[in-house]
Amino acid sequence: MSALVEVRDVTKTYRRGGETIEVLHGIDLDIPRGDFVALMGPSGSGKTTLLNLIGGLDAPNSGSITVDGQRIERLSSGALARWRAANVGFVFQFYSLLPVLSAQKNVELPLLLTSLSAAERRRRAEIALTLVGLRDRARHKPKELSGGQEQRVAIARAIVSDPTLLVCDEPTGDLDRATAHEIMTLLSMLNRDHGKPIVMVTHDPKAAEYAQRRFELDKGLLV
Amino acid sequence: MKYLPLLWAQLFRKKARTILTVLSVVVAFLLFGLLEAVQMAFESGADSADAKRLLTIARYSIIEPLPMSYAPRLERVPGVVAVAWADWFGARYQNESNAFPVFAVDPARYLDMYPEFEIAPAQRDAFVKTRTGAVAGRRLAERYGWKVGQKLPIASEIHTRTDGSLDWEFDLVGIIDAEDPAVRGNTDMVLVNVAYFDEARQFGRGKTGWYIIRVADAEQARRIAAEIDQMFMNSPDETKTQPEKEFAVGFAKQIGDLGALVTRILIAVFFTILILTGNTMAQAIRERIPELAILKTVGFSDRAVTALVLGEALLLIAIGGALGMTAAVALMPSLNEATGGRFPPLYVAPTTWLLAAGLVAALGLAVGLPPALRVNWLRIVDGLAGHR
Repeated sequence: MSALVEVRDVTKTYRRGGETIEVLHGIDLDIPRGDFVALMGPSGSGKTTLLNLIGGLDAPNSGSITVDGQRIERLSSGALARWRAANVGFVFQFYSLLPVLSAQKNVELPLLLTSLSAAERRRRAEIALTLVGLRDRARHKPKELSGGQEQRVAIARAIVSDPTLLVCDEPTGDLDRATAHEIMTLLSMLNRDHGKPIVMVTHDPKAAEYAQRRFELDKGLLV
Repeated sequence: MKYLPLLWAQLFRKKARTILTVLSVVVAFLLFGLLEAVQMAFESGADSADAKRLLTIARYSIIEPLPMSYAPRLERVPGVVAVAWADWFGARYQNESNAFPVFAVDPARYLDMYPEFEIAPAQRDAFVKTRTGAVAGRRLAERYGWKVGQKLPIASEIHTRTDGSLDWEFDLVGIIDAEDPAVRGNTDMVLVNVAYFDEARQFGRGKTGWYIIRVADAEQARRIAAEIDQMFMNSPDETKTQPEKEFAVGFAKQIGDLGALVTRILIAVFFTILILTGNTMAQAIRERIPELAILKTVGFSDRAVTALVLGEALLLIAIGGALGMTAAVALMPSLNEATGGRFPPLYVAPTTWLLAAGLVAALGLAVGLPPALRVNWLRIVDGLAGHR
């Protein structure tokens, strides 16, 4: 069976000022279905850039990225947006919730792009919030929640559309040790019990221990 | 519609800022509604003018009278189907400040000439048959508490009776009105029967102020006007004939080019609003770049996020516009009361609402487009950098 994510000879460069900076140098990587993978490495090693490429947030300069059989680097901007909506759930370090919306409405956000009725959107968001243990906080705004609770809402938003892949960028980077443990336990549960493949960037060895496999990046190369 | 709660929530993210911005838009549209109403009122004469009506006045000044003997000659001009006439009476009621227009007219001819003036058939008959009869506009009658059947004592500014007195007395036999607010402004007057007036006045008998001529075909109006003026050329009472609308516009412009003045004021107001609201909107979007990047991250396309930003700008202006126009409408009754009927009725016309809707769309686009384009071009990774 082919891997869920196949990264082939991917390079990525950025222009900063008049200078071209090569962030990734010919990366090859396979992530099997159902896997929980941690990408680690020092700052500037290119781990977040690689994560952005796998999640379809950015495009490589060369090479190919195939997710669940789809060559995503070939997709137009609109098609890539639709692909992200259907296939990827994102969790970021700073939760990235919309402060004006309640937890429930934040979780419903990706479902606005579907043809689901308002009642069905509400029902699915409630299920996702229940799964992360925050059903009773559905009406709370992000500022009324703790950091750990905000991250749980972000995870609920990431899973509400039942994506093929979860992409997490430093999901515990802004949390204390105990809360980080809760979040990692939740992610592990989603991977183990619900079969959600997870690609996670972290610099925290404790968080990386929850992953089944770890990849180290350094200066744009897998080591 | 499913995006409306999201738009609404984003719009009121900073309540004080949004409320202040909306208030500035409210004031702009309130001003727009009021000034348009004033302009409409001034131009109502021209707007309600009939393309088939011509006005013939003395060539050099409207205050010069024309002989009544012109009437049969005018009727014989090919293309003319009816002729009426009116003379300026000028009037005060009780004291100097109660001044209003009074015209001495042939009742049947005049009312036939202006079918837009509504009058009960029995009152019309009474006006035609009563030599001392008079009819008054409804607003005027209400202002002074006149009732049909009463004596109407009015003093003329110009015309003395044969005994040298300026005081006249007529019998109020009817009320004229109009459904269309633009026409109603033209009924703020009293019409008196010229038969009695002409007989009882000391000077100017056999003369009238101007003629109103109805032609069969509006396309022929200019030719007929030229023919009429040609007919009286080199006579002691030369004429100037023009379409009613041109006359009304020219008359209104004697006060000043109100349209141009109103347009300039509104341009200044809306330009200021454009700058203020545009700046506020740009600032609001700049603050939310990471959040908009999140929307793109979860699958909103560039076009969808751009539409959301534009929608937000349009919603902001639409709320302000709707409140401003509603306030203008709400103020009309008190303004009309304050003018005491001395001014044509102020009202917000359907065309003003349409113009306001157009302004909302144009202003919304102008305010929303720059930040919307910025968001359209935003790369997700750059936008998210603000959150990392």
